[in-house]
Amino acid sequence: MPTIASKGGQQLGQQHTITILVENRPGVLARVAGLFARRGYNVDSLAVSITEDPTMSRMTVVCTGDAYILDQITKQLSKLVDVVKVADYTDMPMMERELALIKVNAETPRRGEIMQLVEIFRASIIDISETTFTVEVTGDVEKISAFEQLLRPYGIRELVRTGRIALVRGARTAAQS
Amino acid sequence: MASSNPKKSSIQTYQTKGSSSARPRDDGKLVSGARALLLALKDQGCDVVFGIPGGVMLPAYDVLYDEGGLSHILVGHEQGAAHMADGYARATGKVGVCFSTSGPGATNLVTGICNAMMDSVPMVAITGQVRTTSLGKDAFQEADITGITLPITKHNYLVTDPTAIPRIIAEAFYIASSGRPGPVLVDIPMDIGLAQIESEKIEDVRIRSYNPDGIFNIDNIEMAARMIDEAERPVLYIGGGAISSGAYDQVTELARKTNIPVTNTLMGKGAFDETAELSLGMLGMHGTAYANMAVDQCDLLINIGARFDDRVTGKLDSWATGAKTIHIDIDPAEHGKVYIPDVSLIGDCKQVLNALIPLVKDRPRTAWNEQVDAWKTEFPLWYPTGQNEVLYPQHVCDELFKATDGEAIVATGVGQHQMWAAQFYRCKHPRSFVTSGGLGTMGFGLPAAIGAAVGVTDRPVWLVDGDGSFIMTNEELMPAVQHKIPVKIAIINNFCLGMVRQWQQMFYDQRLSAVDLSYQPDFVKLADAYGAVGIKVQKPSEVRAAIDEANSVTDRPVVIDFQVAPEENCLPMIPAGQTIQQMLVEKPR
Repeated sequence: MPTIASKGGQQLGQQHTITILVENRPGVLARVAGLFARRGYNVDSLAVSITEDPTMSRMTVVCTGDAYILDQITKQLSKLVDVVKVADYTDMPMMERELALIKVNAETPRRGEIMQLVEIFRASIIDISETTFTVEVTGDVEKISAFEQLLRPYGIRELVRTGRIALVRGARTAAQS
Repeated sequence: MASSNPKKSSIQTYQTKGSSSARPRDDGKLVSGARALLLALKDQGCDVVFGIPGGVMLPAYDVLYDEGGLSHILVGHEQGAAHMADGYARATGKVGVCFSTSGPGATNLVTGICNAMMDSVPMVAITGQVRTTSLGKDAFQEADITGITLPITKHNYLVTDPTAIPRIIAEAFYIASSGRPGPVLVDIPMDIGLAQIESEKIEDVRIRSYNPDGIFNIDNIEMAARMIDEAERPVLYIGGGAISSGAYDQVTELARKTNIPVTNTLMGKGAFDETAELSLGMLGMHGTAYANMAVDQCDLLINIGARFDDRVTGKLDSWATGAKTIHIDIDPAEHGKVYIPDVSLIGDCKQVLNALIPLVKDRPRTAWNEQVDAWKTEFPLWYPTGQNEVLYPQHVCDELFKATDGEAIVATGVGQHQMWAAQFYRCKHPRSFVTSGGLGTMGFGLPAAIGAAVGVTDRPVWLVDGDGSFIMTNEELMPAVQHKIPVKIAIINNFCLGMVRQWQQMFYDQRLSAVDLSYQPDFVKLADAYGAVGIKVQKPSEVRAAIDEANSVTDRPVVIDFQVAPEENCLPMIPAGQTIQQMLVEKPR
């Protein structure tokens, strides 16, 4: 009996980190984002930047799906004419980082505690007002989430996180993977 | 541009200048962007474009006025231009080209572009756009057509650098026609068409991020050959990919060598001679009973350039339950999209089959062929004959097949008539059945037939249309009359939207909602009004004479209004999402 590829329904499965190298042209982000939207793939985070090669951009997409969804995402992305390379980093040894800026309440009596937390997490205070600190922290997802949890009791006024970015360990590059 | 001196009357300016020419200019070595566009199109082998001019497309049309070697068909509606380019491409295998202006002109192309995308038809659509300085400012007739067509083109371009025109046109043709073909749209702002550039001929196109030939993986080909050798009840399931790749001889050779019966999808009609003994005709929802029975009972399904569409499979987990599958397709994303095949061969169908055929043993399959023949005898395609007063729609399609000996190119609209044409017009040759498969676009038929007839002049082109479909795009009779295009139009007229009526009768408790077309125009008078020939047929005995008369007309279109039994339903039918056990089929009475 032929094996049905997917019965549809809920998108379960693990989180994947996909790196997409694309031509650095206007409209490419719309092509990639549009593909995710119209084929019903969930995007957990997305980061876009220039690369070592000015003619190329790099997108790091974190998405959730089973093996079927990931296979389709990879193949459908590869079909876009402006996509140079798609690589799923999930099962490779890689380094992932996010950056967060957190504006937290810092009344005078509690400033010392917060500064200790900042030091433990190797974060840094990049702005101070009479009542707040703005803290910058980088790290993997778990670290930033843990830091956020610890700051929450002081009162987080505003928080912004970049999408995740990732590189494979060692000398290998996305273009070679 | 606004005058720099607002007090000065622009009318006065024109009067004193004596000339208000806004034409694109060529100066010595430099040519206008518009001329570069037309030269680039000709370099790509384009000799005809279908379209309608308009404000920002004027530079290109001005060049068309004197640039030889490129004819233009002025259509009634831009949707017609897109479908003509599509029909031209399907019938010839070449890239079809259409022109429209910006805004509404461009949005009118959208249905036609989407139609070409769904059926993988190579097409290049050129749209005018407002000046680059006006982009994003909601200028008159501005529409973001590259944004709108993003999900329905294989690729698209907004040209912002006039010197890129030759390269972009070359890339557009290359992308449209290579790999899995599809439509490419090139949006050209007016000032880009008026700019002056050095024209260059692009000989070689390389795109870093697009390499369709690089996707080739037949590592498991020996396993596929072994599976074919060992299968007792295999079926070849042929789709449009076999036609795109030109794998007709290979499909025939494989079938003959291995005695494997062949069924084709709607898009695959003609890839294998449907009059051949091994042919099962079309499979799927309205396919032949014996094709569906063979697939149901087969132990190996060899898919060549098809995509397991829901109109073919019905309920997935009850389809071909005893079969292993081999999938041959050029598009990696089709492998595993619906079914995970046992063996996946990724590449151009023709190339893959050329590698596969020598590995497969010659062998008879007598028992299986006899079983299939028994089904053919028991459940043939069939309609009542011998009733002199009732004109059955199937009779028209059957008679058309006989009168043209299966040698015509047949285009269709979408609906019951399309399925009857697919069932009874058995195609002997590829690129002979021009029909909207994936998108199911009513109104596709007439413009597609015209496009096919522009591209292929040595075979008769027939359109089997429905009354509902014909009403949608009959304005295209105008260009057909103007250019003396002798398309023959058989309207299977049941005075209603027949397929919808059939579903309402079968699945919606007979509640016939919004399907009555009894207020349609008199199609004979309509044909006459356009300057075409109109013929009315109400009896079976008149069918052949009308077809022969139409075939004798060579200088204008002919419309035959076949007024058929209005209650006739299209069978066999496997209702949507169901299985062969629910197939509605009648044995001959």
